[in-house]
Amino acid sequence: MSTERNLYTISVYTENNIGLLNRISAIFQRRHINIESLNISPSEIDGVAKFTIVVNMIEDNVKKIIGQIEKQVEVIKAYYHDDEATIYQISGLFKIKSELLFEERQIQNIIKESNARIVTVNKDFFVLEKSGKKAELVELHQKLSAFGIMQYTRSGRIAVTKEEMKISTLLETYHN
Amino acid sequence: METQTIKNNQIAKKVTERIFGSEAIVRCLIEEDVKIIYGYPGGAIMPVYDELYKYQDKIHHVLTRHEQGATHSAQGFARISGKVGVAIATSGPGATNLITGIADAQIDSTPMVCITGQVFSHLLGSDAFQETDIVGISTPVTKWNCQVTKAADIPAALAKAFYIARSGRPGPVLVDITKDAQFEELDFSYEKCTKVRSYIPVPKTAEGSLEAAAKLINEAKKPFIIWGQGVILSEAETQFKALVEKSGIPAGWTILGASALPTSHPLNVGMLGMHGNYAPNKLTNECDVLIAIGMRFDDRVTGKLDEYATQAKVIHFEIDPAEIDKNIKTDVAVLGDAKLTLDAILPMINENSHEDWHQQFKDLYEIEYEKVIKNDIHPTKEGLTMGEVIKEINIQSKGEAAIVTDVGQHQMIACRYTEFNKTKSNITSGGLGTMGFGLPAAIGAKMAAPEREVVSISGDGGYQMTIQELGTIFQQKAAVKVVVLNNDFLGMVRQWQQLFFEKRYASTEMVNPNFVAIAEGYYIKAKKVTKREELADAVAEMMASKEAYFLEVCVEKEGNVFPMVPSGASVSEIRLE
Repeated sequence: MSTERNLYTISVYTENNIGLLNRISAIFQRRHINIESLNISPSEIDGVAKFTIVVNMIEDNVKKIIGQIEKQVEVIKAYYHDDEATIYQISGLFKIKSELLFEERQIQNIIKESNARIVTVNKDFFVLEKSGKKAELVELHQKLSAFGIMQYTRSGRIAVTKEEMKISTLLETYHN
Repeated sequence: METQTIKNNQIAKKVTERIFGSEAIVRCLIEEDVKIIYGYPGGAIMPVYDELYKYQDKIHHVLTRHEQGATHSAQGFARISGKVGVAIATSGPGATNLITGIADAQIDSTPMVCITGQVFSHLLGSDAFQETDIVGISTPVTKWNCQVTKAADIPAALAKAFYIARSGRPGPVLVDITKDAQFEELDFSYEKCTKVRSYIPVPKTAEGSLEAAAKLINEAKKPFIIWGQGVILSEAETQFKALVEKSGIPAGWTILGASALPTSHPLNVGMLGMHGNYAPNKLTNECDVLIAIGMRFDDRVTGKLDEYATQAKVIHFEIDPAEIDKNIKTDVAVLGDAKLTLDAILPMINENSHEDWHQQFKDLYEIEYEKVIKNDIHPTKEGLTMGEVIKEINIQSKGEAAIVTDVGQHQMIACRYTEFNKTKSNITSGGLGTMGFGLPAAIGAKMAAPEREVVSISGDGGYQMTIQELGTIFQQKAAVKVVVLNNDFLGMVRQWQQLFFEKRYASTEMVNPNFVAIAEGYYIKAKKVTKREELADAVAEMMASKEAYFLEVCVEKEGNVFPMVPSGASVSEIRLE
């Protein structure tokens, strides 16, 4: 097995309970593992939450982490995938002075070329939204930085996997 | 019987009763057949204590002298009985004092339910008096925990708590209940929890894994079984013994696995790990198939992982899937409850004796006997050894006593030299290595099994960490036999300082009090022994005592525990001196 570090997306299906975030993040903290990004949202199943956690680790250790996560009583199932096996996106928001939109022609070009979307414009600022891969957001950030960005934020990764997750089937087996 | 019928009718009709949350908590415990709990009252848990007062004919509450003692007593109770131990405390410091015991129970897979009071829910997060985030604090050291803020949620939360604590790989759980939930009324009915969606206590045994394991075992020339507490927790002692005897495979144990197979059993080749026996450590690196049963390859057992049994195929019987490949790569994982998997594999195992292989263990034992054991248990030089004290206790209790140890040199010596005849007879803090565990754990063990002789064996260091529990022994009239092996040192640390820090004895020498006077201060009969010729009589007097008894034995100051696998070394580098 590879001893190289790699980006892995860990998907965790859980009950939607208070404290579970703490319980799951403690598994990483205890092993001195930095979480690259974390997103929690509803999943395709009613009442089941989905954690999407990105880590930079060697595969052997990811497997052990999966075991520790699944061991938690309120975790239904955990998976890990490399980037090849997932379709993933992150999203970024850029708040920029409105005057730049009209004065700097280049900004309009950048927006067009990057497929970014203007969410709102008012007299003081406009907000640009861009979804895509991290590299695309980094690139856009770089280009816009030259003009000055009032606020910038980026979401955690969200991902769906190419393979089937079969959580519903799994939940049925729990009932038996 | 009448109550039973009425109860059943209630369940059948789903009749509920309007009661307070505090009473519901006590009623839940009664429903779970809890008869003894250990705890300490305080503001946020007072409504529950008021109910305990009313229900004192049903539940015996043991007032320990510190909440840590309550958890260790609950652990001792659980370890000797196989039932869930219960500890209860108030919010804030009461709750945080439980943490050491909870962490100990977590790493040693001990079923325990802890109930803590919490401030009123409207005060949560306001830094109220005795408010602490015990759910947050206990999260990394509990199998499960939750906070209850509504009385109506109490029965389901506690039912779930007991189920999770005892099922699968057992562990501690904590239920934190706000004071308003205790004061609120609810329509009480109790249903035992039998499943939790998302939780699989016992994983399925993979198809073919038993056959694959049996094939490896049957074809092995030098197979070696290593077992842990899983055998005891699954109550698989009979199945385990049958497997060992039919296959003729030598078997070594982890500290928590001790007593699952009698020490005198011809195929019991002794303790694994850092201060274990010579043969099982050495031969771990010579076996061709290593069969691990209900153990987790702790670093104290394996020594240097890269040089641990690399030549062997590894079979791992295990209930917790997260243990597979965690430390040691497994060739065949047999998931499931050991009682069931061992039962299932037995018919597939060929009868064998492995005489030559077994002889290698015997030969190495002889070396260890000459170099170490003889001097430990039959010393000729001046100064009592810990080993001879253990030997004497063992002879006089005919190996029937449950030995409850603390942590350190005495613990290793006790595990090495006690001849266990009965299962669940070695109660000790293994994974966490909690000094102070022994005395309160012995109280819990004695109360859970009053018919058994329970001997608490501690060093002078650990004993003083929970010495206040002598008060609990006195108040409860718990007939615990308390032995302190006093060398006026924190002996294990001193041994390391001697071996690895050029004898710089930094803060390991203890200036000790008059232990006999302290015990007598609690009205406990007490004696101190300093000479070899006094030992047998003193132990006899202790064993004959119907009440609690304290025996201090002054042992040689700078005795060392050998064999020893130095930290970071391979098991085959085990040292005899």
